[in-house]
Amino acid sequence: MTGLAGRTRTLRLHRQPLLRHLACALVAGAILYWVTDHLSAYNDYQVGEIASYVVVLVGLSLLTGSSGQFSLGNGAFMAVGAYTMALFMTHTGTNFILELAAAAGVAAVVGVLLGIPATRLSGPYLAGMTLLFALAVPSIADKWPATFGGDQGLTVAPPTAPGSLSAEQWLTDIQIIGALVVMVLVANLMWSRYGRAFRAVRDDEIAASLAGIHVARTKVMAFAISAACAGLGGALLSLSTGVVNTGAFPLTLSISLLAAMVIGGAGTLIGMVWGGILLVYMPQWSTSLSSDFNLGTGAAAYLATIIFGGVLILAMLAAPNGIQGFLRWLWVYGRSRLRERRRPTAPLAAAAGD
Amino acid sequence: MPQPTRRRRGAAPWVRALAAGATGLTLCVTMLSSSAPAGAESTPGVTSNSINIGATVPLTGPAAPGYSEIAPAMNALFAAVNAHGGINGRKIHYTYLDDGYNPANTATLTRKLVLQNNVFADVGSLGTPTQSAVQSFLNTQKVPQLFIESGCNCWNNSKYPLSLGWQPPYTVDGKILGAYIKANFAGKKIGYLYQADEFGQDVVKGLDMEIPQSSVVSRQSYDVATLAGPLSNQMSALKAAGAQVVVLATIPAATALAMLPAAVATYFPQYVIDAVGADPPTVGPLLESFAQKGGASAAQVSAAAGLLNGVITNTYLPPENATSNPWIQDTQKLLQQYAPSLWAKSGLDGNTEYGVALAYTFVQALQKAGKNLTRQSLMNAINSEGKSFVTPGLVPLSYSSSNHFGYEGDQIVKLSTSAPPAVTPTGSWIGGTTVGPVYATSAGSGPIKKYTGPTSTPPKGLTKIS
Repeated sequence: MTGLAGRTRTLRLHRQPLLRHLACALVAGAILYWVTDHLSAYNDYQVGEIASYVVVLVGLSLLTGSSGQFSLGNGAFMAVGAYTMALFMTHTGTNFILELAAAAGVAAVVGVLLGIPATRLSGPYLAGMTLLFALAVPSIADKWPATFGGDQGLTVAPPTAPGSLSAEQWLTDIQIIGALVVMVLVANLMWSRYGRAFRAVRDDEIAASLAGIHVARTKVMAFAISAACAGLGGALLSLSTGVVNTGAFPLTLSISLLAAMVIGGAGTLIGMVWGGILLVYMPQWSTSLSSDFNLGTGAAAYLATIIFGGVLILAMLAAPNGIQGFLRWLWVYGRSRLRERRRPTAPLAAAAGD
Repeated sequence: MPQPTRRRRGAAPWVRALAAGATGLTLCVTMLSSSAPAGAESTPGVTSNSINIGATVPLTGPAAPGYSEIAPAMNALFAAVNAHGGINGRKIHYTYLDDGYNPANTATLTRKLVLQNNVFADVGSLGTPTQSAVQSFLNTQKVPQLFIESGCNCWNNSKYPLSLGWQPPYTVDGKILGAYIKANFAGKKIGYLYQADEFGQDVVKGLDMEIPQSSVVSRQSYDVATLAGPLSNQMSALKAAGAQVVVLATIPAATALAMLPAAVATYFPQYVIDAVGADPPTVGPLLESFAQKGGASAAQVSAAAGLLNGVITNTYLPPENATSNPWIQDTQKLLQQYAPSLWAKSGLDGNTEYGVALAYTFVQALQKAGKNLTRQSLMNAINSEGKSFVTPGLVPLSYSSSNHFGYEGDQIVKLSTSAPPAVTPTGSWIGGTTVGPVYATSAGSGPIKKYTGPTSTPPKGLTKIS
């Protein structure tokens, strides 16, 4: 009886991606809350940065991994989101949640505008267009210092921490909640008919359109979702900095995002956590590495880029599906080996039986 | 039938996701488990025999050339102090991290310095956008943000009592250069080329307070983020407008990128260049290398640095070619002895001189703060006694509880081949001679006055402070 009941519950959870993803998110949230409660303020801060990057990377993973498009402009979408939130905070001071939603919303609108011409482009042409966008956004913000605060930028701050929570931990919690919410939403989207449409368009546009999928609309939608994620992630990340200014969104940011997404595992969601960890820790690791080897003051920054590039090449050679793809392969491979060893009959007989 | 199929696929995907997530978390925790040092003392970063301070500076990236020398030069002075027992028995440990002039990096690294390294103060961090990004954080954490390497007017903000500038506000530079132009180039047509950010705009604000608007014939600007090639369009616009005097509020690279195309177009106006972009040992090599990259002949390349002949600029520290000045002599000795590799690479140029002078200001503050060093006692010492600190500055520091600016004065300098050259390991560069008196003024609309106070001399050798 109990076994049957257990099985039906599993079955139901399996058929309900929303419930399943929510359950995962709640468990992860509880664990993360416990973790941030036990970390030092600085480590909390870094966990928050990772969470913010995860939001951005999840959007990029959806765009590239699922819909097969390519963007070098997501750093600029982060800037759009961050500036939107900062402008709302400076001028209206409305609800914090609304400000975050506005950051994602405005970035999504810009994403649609950029996505429409992008549907006619692919490969290097699409990369070129998004690259232009990444270059243009900081210049636009620099052109109107009265609105965008010029060099000094606009200050942003999260709402005051409730209860006895420290400011650092509260900020981290906000960023983690943001990351979990986005991951749940995107996970559901990937499981829905939209997710299937994205993958169909990625694999074969003609086949997809024959199957009744509006290819252009699907591509624009993926672009807009990816932009919304970048906008929200940029807004969350700017809360860590406390200031939004153009210097924080250079072209190299967009490129690092793309590299981190690929290394993490394009198309996966959990893989983006690896990507976020890389983005936050890579500069730190390379700094300590270069000081360990006495490479001199300037070497650290270049070393980070070199290591990033090296890891990217290694990942492409050894694990083309990124860290998450590699882990998944290990899991599947390990299980099959284990089962084979446990199988009591001779493999030949088993093969004959099959 | 479906049951075994599913079972063969292994655990449900959500279980796998959870497992992966858990693995990730475990890894995170292991990585992060290096906990912050316990701050048992009342004042973070201070023990009976040490003071831990930090900074974020550009060691790489667009702002690094030149500016990357400042922190190592500061460290040379701290090394000298430590070699003589430190200040009140405390040795200074200076950690400077590379933020690549990116405010996002500055934010992270400053948190690392404060929350993990437990620094007593942030001293000598560089840049307007970068330091604006952490001003609020440092003040909330009660960490002094001392002697920010930027002349932004924004440091004088009563909301942030722990943030102090050091070099003259850019508006003070602009006012003093503007007054010189008004007095010496009356009736001439004047043009501006400025960096389209806080720095350029603040210099222009000061210039406009002094120069009659009717004589300004053209205002050109450039965007530092996209500064890649010669500023030919801006210079031809200035030439077309007939500007006889061209004021540059430019970083060193932009100075070179403005003067070269003008020279190619045989346009030789009287240049007036803000101190930021006029240090001959910094700009001279840039002029030569850009001319070479631009395909100039060998003769033209060797003549390129000569474009600086006749340039009017300003200074708030003794010019580096003033080799009889005791501050310059002491700084040279200090760098030779305590930073030999820096000395071999850069020698005494505008940046290394700046670094030593700034570090010396901090050392004075520590001395005045006394044995019971706290963040409050340090701020009190600067605010109440900063005006009497003995530093290489041509005017005294003007710190008070309501003024967060350091030097508020300049002297005009004329670069000339007849002045003694500034000699560095990169070559021998056109030197400057000071013109007229030292002027002092405020960043606001206050008048420009002659500074008549005494000139400072180092109390005893910089190499022997303790």
